Amino acid sequence: MLSIPCPWCGDRDETEFRYGGEAEVAYPADPDAVDDPAWREYLFVRANPKGWFKERWVHTAGCRQWFTVHRHTVTYEIRDPQPIGEGAR
Amino acid sequence: MTSAWHEPAGSFELPRHDVPHWRDVDPKRAYEVVIVGAGGHGLATAYYLAKNHGITDVAVVDKGWLAGGNMARNTTIIRSNYLWDESAAIYEHALKLWEGLEEDLGYELLFSQRGVLNLAHNLTDVREAKRRVNANQLNGVDAEWLEPEEVKKLVPIMDTSADVRYPVHGATFQPRAGIAKHDYVAWGFARAAYERGVQLIQNCEVTGISVRGGRVTGVETTRGKIAAKQVALCAAGHTTVLGDMVGLRLPIQSHPLQALVSELLDQVLDTVVMSNTVHVYVSQAHKGELVLGAGIDSYNGYGQRGSLHVIEEQLSAALELYPVFARAHVLRTWAGIVDVCPDASPILGLTPVDGLYVNGGWGTGGFKVTPGAGWVYADTIANGRPHPLAEPYALDRFRTGALIDEHGAAAVAH
Repeated sequence: MLSIPCPWCGDRDETEFRYGGEAEVAYPADPDAVDDPAWREYLFVRANPKGWFKERWVHTAGCRQWFTVHRHTVTYEIRDPQPIGEGAR
Repeated sequence: MTSAWHEPAGSFELPRHDVPHWRDVDPKRAYEVVIVGAGGHGLATAYYLAKNHGITDVAVVDKGWLAGGNMARNTTIIRSNYLWDESAAIYEHALKLWEGLEEDLGYELLFSQRGVLNLAHNLTDVREAKRRVNANQLNGVDAEWLEPEEVKKLVPIMDTSADVRYPVHGATFQPRAGIAKHDYVAWGFARAAYERGVQLIQNCEVTGISVRGGRVTGVETTRGKIAAKQVALCAAGHTTVLGDMVGLRLPIQSHPLQALVSELLDQVLDTVVMSNTVHVYVSQAHKGELVLGAGIDSYNGYGQRGSLHVIEEQLSAALELYPVFARAHVLRTWAGIVDVCPDASPILGLTPVDGLYVNGGWGTGGFKVTPGAGWVYADTIANGRPHPLAEPYALDRFRTGALIDEHGAAAVAH
């Protein structure tokens, strides 16, 4: 069970959250200009590093806010929780 | 070989094998084919490269020990009752190979065709399950629909009453499905490949993949550079880590998938029972342990351990279905690292790098296809083009959109 630091509520159990995957994957600015390989990247490809990973969680059972953390995908250490910035999703 | 397993627990002795089956060697400077990953798929690929194609200048390298990754961490279930034609074709090819594998390898695998039930707990499940039975039958895969009372006959310990949170509305049944002893499968393939000249190199981690002019030239390892005309990735769980070495961004995410075993019990469960809706699947191992699997953890991870709440949900589902399990003690829990594709189907075939092949993304279902994947992958490598059964699993399907959406038949939501 991960203990996840919500920027608003503090450390809470993993069961209060829902996972959002890789952070800072932006919707294409001009969708009509996106070709098939680029759509493939946007729709299906996400980073999957063995090490530090910037990812999103939402505190579904708490404040219901989205935020990002850096989490190590081997040790599961979590640091640097931050509210989602302007324009990011 | 199902002869011995009905004996009471405690009297069953696992077959002993002469060891060692292979000799440790230092890697040569060059091979025709280097296979990365000495798990079931890597060993099976090496075996079929040698046996079916006469290619024996092959090294199987592994960062750890042989079959110490997901091969030692799965729930050993074998079945081929998948929905789509492409999936039924490759999993049924594998099941047919399983049916002759002990004879082919000359090695006891405790392959036991005790059947698998996939439970339906609501009307949507029932419709999906009946649809899958029809699809299976059209593809020549044995499958039937069972009403709750028929399920009860096969699994008397199951609570099939209407008084539970998720009542059993019936099940699909594949009689030819079953289990095998995973260690023996690995050792059987390892011995057979070694006897045909394949070198098995443990404690040899691949740290880089060498490419020149768009063509693979070998691998860099913790034991030096190894040249190879062809490099075959076979390291489920770590496929993206290897792909990243050559800038190949793969549509795969790695997640922990947990399983657990109970202490040894008398024989109480004669088939494999799976339930996607309440998220538990269970069989009873030859020695008597209950082997229970759950769903994947939501987050990416390589830590080979998971979250306790997943185990809690899995056990609460198991207890509701099988009240008798309440007296069983959990002996051991663990996680494997599964690499999951967006359509819950694998990637098997060529890459944009000439001579570099990929076999990964099997998600939670890699064990059952071990001989089939090895067979098809070896043919792909030997001929430099996808085997017909591998064609639908091309990496390019994520560009063309020809996905094979097997979330339903994967039996684990992911």
